[in-house]
Amino acid sequence: MKAAVIVFPGSNCDRDVQVALAQAMARHAQKGGGGGTPTMVWHKDSDFEAVDLIVLPGGFSYGDYLRCGAMAAQSPVMKEVMRRAGKGVPVLGICNGFQILTEAGLLPGALVRNANLKFVCRDVTLRIETSQSLFTARYEAGAKIRVPVAHHDGNYIAADEDFERMEERGQIAFRYCAPDGTLTTAANPNGSARNVAGVFNETKTVLGLMPHPERLAEDALGGTDGRPLFDGLVEALS
Amino acid sequence: MTAPPPNIVAEHGLSGEEYERILDILGRAPNHLELGIFSVMWSEHCSYKSSKVWLKTLPTTAPWVIHGPGENAGAVDIGGGLAAIFKMESHNHPSFIEPYQGAATGVGGILRDVFTMGARPIANLNALRFGDPNHPKTRHLLAGVVAGIGGYGNCVGVPTVGGEVNFDPGYNGNILVNAMTVGIAPKDRIFTSQASGVGNSIVYTGSKTGRDGIHGATMASAEFGEGAEEKRPTVQVGDPFTEKLLIEACLELMATDAIVAIQDMGAAGLTSSSFEMASKGGLGVELDLDRVPCREDGMTPYEMMLSESQERMLMVLKPGREDLARGVFEKWDLDFAVIGRLTDTGRMVLRMHGETVGDLPIDPLAEAAPEYRRPYEDTPEAPAIAPSAVPAPDDTGAALRRLLGSPDLCSRRWIWEQYDHMVMADTVQRPGGDAAVVRIHGTTRALAITTDCTPRYCQAAPHLGGAQAVAEAWRNLTAVGARPLAVTDNLNFGNPERPAVMGQFAGCVQGIGEACRALEFPVVSGNVSLYNETNGKAIPPTAAIGGVGLIEDLERTADIALKAAGEALVLIGETRGHLGASLYLREVADRREGAPPPVDLAAERRNGDFVRGLIGAGTVTTCHDLSDGGLAVALAEMALAGDLGAQVTPPEDPALPPLHAWLFGEDQARYLVTVPTSEPVLEAARRAGVPAVRIGTTGGDALTLPGGQPIFVAELRAAHETWLPAYMGETPAD
Repeated sequence: MKAAVIVFPGSNCDRDVQVALAQAMARHAQKGGGGGTPTMVWHKDSDFEAVDLIVLPGGFSYGDYLRCGAMAAQSPVMKEVMRRAGKGVPVLGICNGFQILTEAGLLPGALVRNANLKFVCRDVTLRIETSQSLFTARYEAGAKIRVPVAHHDGNYIAADEDFERMEERGQIAFRYCAPDGTLTTAANPNGSARNVAGVFNETKTVLGLMPHPERLAEDALGGTDGRPLFDGLVEALS
Repeated sequence: MTAPPPNIVAEHGLSGEEYERILDILGRAPNHLELGIFSVMWSEHCSYKSSKVWLKTLPTTAPWVIHGPGENAGAVDIGGGLAAIFKMESHNHPSFIEPYQGAATGVGGILRDVFTMGARPIANLNALRFGDPNHPKTRHLLAGVVAGIGGYGNCVGVPTVGGEVNFDPGYNGNILVNAMTVGIAPKDRIFTSQASGVGNSIVYTGSKTGRDGIHGATMASAEFGEGAEEKRPTVQVGDPFTEKLLIEACLELMATDAIVAIQDMGAAGLTSSSFEMASKGGLGVELDLDRVPCREDGMTPYEMMLSESQERMLMVLKPGREDLARGVFEKWDLDFAVIGRLTDTGRMVLRMHGETVGDLPIDPLAEAAPEYRRPYEDTPEAPAIAPSAVPAPDDTGAALRRLLGSPDLCSRRWIWEQYDHMVMADTVQRPGGDAAVVRIHGTTRALAITTDCTPRYCQAAPHLGGAQAVAEAWRNLTAVGARPLAVTDNLNFGNPERPAVMGQFAGCVQGIGEACRALEFPVVSGNVSLYNETNGKAIPPTAAIGGVGLIEDLERTADIALKAAGEALVLIGETRGHLGASLYLREVADRREGAPPPVDLAAERRNGDFVRGLIGAGTVTTCHDLSDGGLAVALAEMALAGDLGAQVTPPEDPALPPLHAWLFGEDQARYLVTVPTSEPVLEAARRAGVPAVRIGTTGGDALTLPGGQPIFVAELRAAHETWLPAYMGETPAD
């Protein structure tokens, strides 16, 4: 598998996701698959090599001084990302990457300031809403996983009719939940509508999520619940 | 050039005597620009004129020290061809005036000190002191400072992994914001500010220069009176996005051979950075101020030289490397301008519009700054308080809940959840333990990092308080299994012109020096913040210590969480039940008095080395140092972290202090560990001459202390987690 991590000025989880993917590729290589390391693509590059997966990492692209992700959505590289997404190349957007994907119109809805108006960094429990996707195939539907969030603007909103369509088509990927899987207000770190933590596009080739699976993909960091997302992608795209 | 009137001299914070010295050095009266330059260079903040004589007494060397004080930050060898580079610095005055920007730019400044030396920052910490929670400004200041630290650190993508917070009415008029950054660099590629090469270009990069922060350094060198808030224009505004770009651009250029010397523009901006580089290289500089990238039109040379606009760097480049450097900075959309060159004149010559607007000799100004041996008075000795002279609580459990829920001991979750403490994906131990543990990227080794100071000890007995701060930092690093390497000190005091304050300063520095020598834990960097007083009332002396240690194998560490039921709790170190200046005395008995617990540095070292050995051997994986609130609080914190209870039985010992003193005494050099079976550890302790005793067993969902009913861990958690969010006006989510 070949993967590209897009680096915007102000991206700061680019290395983290590169490491998590490279580790997944190394695990795949041990089982006879091809290894490798994702390449970093600079935001001013309007073209880059053909890849099987494009990742928009977390961070504060352009300082998030305008609406989060709004500037990045207009950068030269995003035209190419949108073109390839249109052709079905899988795109994963984490945190700021999710914000960029909604600003670019590749995903429905929007991410606004957290309900309590504060930055929040802590582990949350996510419920896997579907295993029927490239990204979640290695999880079981209904499973609960623990991964961290770290954001100021992760409060997901969408119009009711958008939500209905998304629910119908299984476009909700993850929801914030209590450890027993129930969708409570206390388990929702940012006030997201319907406890939504991550969504797909209609073809489920684009995923955006606020939590950071790349931060809990190693035992040394206290957990590996984020790992199946990367392992599943590498396996499916190799 | 016309002589400035006396009131202008005074407004620049210069004494009559200092002004006479300027006349001697120049052989004429300074013009306004030159006076401004003298003012900032000779401010307490930049010159350390009151503190230098004492700082010189600190131990600064060890075989693993690469750079001690004098550079932007200290550097120590951590093996594998790498160096840890770190420093702690205050941003107290600006944070009181404008908490968000004051704290944010404090973080920005200390980050620059570290990456200027070629290190990628890997962790931020902060030591904060606020006033009485009931003071009308405290809530606003706490909210603003925390948001500012988070706003900056989160955006630059460096995890904020630890720190400490105290509340005390002594900080009502002067809060303390001490920020620490740790970075890692290849050991053979550390950059310094020493300029060389006559004719080499002086390059400016980063943000443009604006009119913000003019005389920030001078403001930070004076007391506050009424209307301190009117000084808001001297506070700078931070731009973490530009800082992030600057980090990446500088590290990219540092990977080439283009840079001769580099210095960030911090306090006193362009003035101090250019002076420092030239002074260290024994050279002169010529700056063409027309070329300085400015945010506004019509800025005067005075404004340009004294601006403290953030996110700016000054570099000396090798000949012919200008285009390479320009390419890197333009890639990152940063300003880049060649603004001058090095000369052999030993003078700083400033030109604008074709005219010389300032001409100063560098050495006399930078090196011959005033240095004072200010008169000092030793702090009167506080009387020791016998354990029996402090009443026992009516209910041990209630006393414990009260301590755990007190402003100084309650959970800091409300704070650290606003900091991204996991970005960079190397945070192995998150906030809430004894020390943060951050992996050295791509290895199985890690750095342990902590900040410590107990201001109430420093106030009661400065010498002992200074030593205790160092000992506690050393102990916190030891408790996670790290070998302590070195410290950075951030010394916060009142007006040094008052002998009582100078006595506190001298006492703390002597205590720090003594402990650092005994523990082989040298001071490699630091910062002094004086004049922390308002209307003549000084802050409690606060000698914050930032400690860094090395963990050779991440498989051999410990944390504070109880892990399994049925394990033995072993208390290491001697317990005499010292309650003087303790939190029990203050929070439960409502008394603020007495001598702090003695610090026995030999015992500290012996006990710590023993504990580190247990962790290194894999015998112990749960360990907590005992500090504020003593044994009972440490045990409660371990129960909370592991969500597991314990039953405690005091040892049968005729010398045992009264029960409440045994539980809440703050005797030093102690650790609480758990082991599957206690006998081998007790035997090893006997052989090592280390006091150790079994005090109980883990298990259940409650903590059972002698002389009290079991307290559910859930009950302790409620006590621990409630105060801060409630104080900040948050309602618990349903």
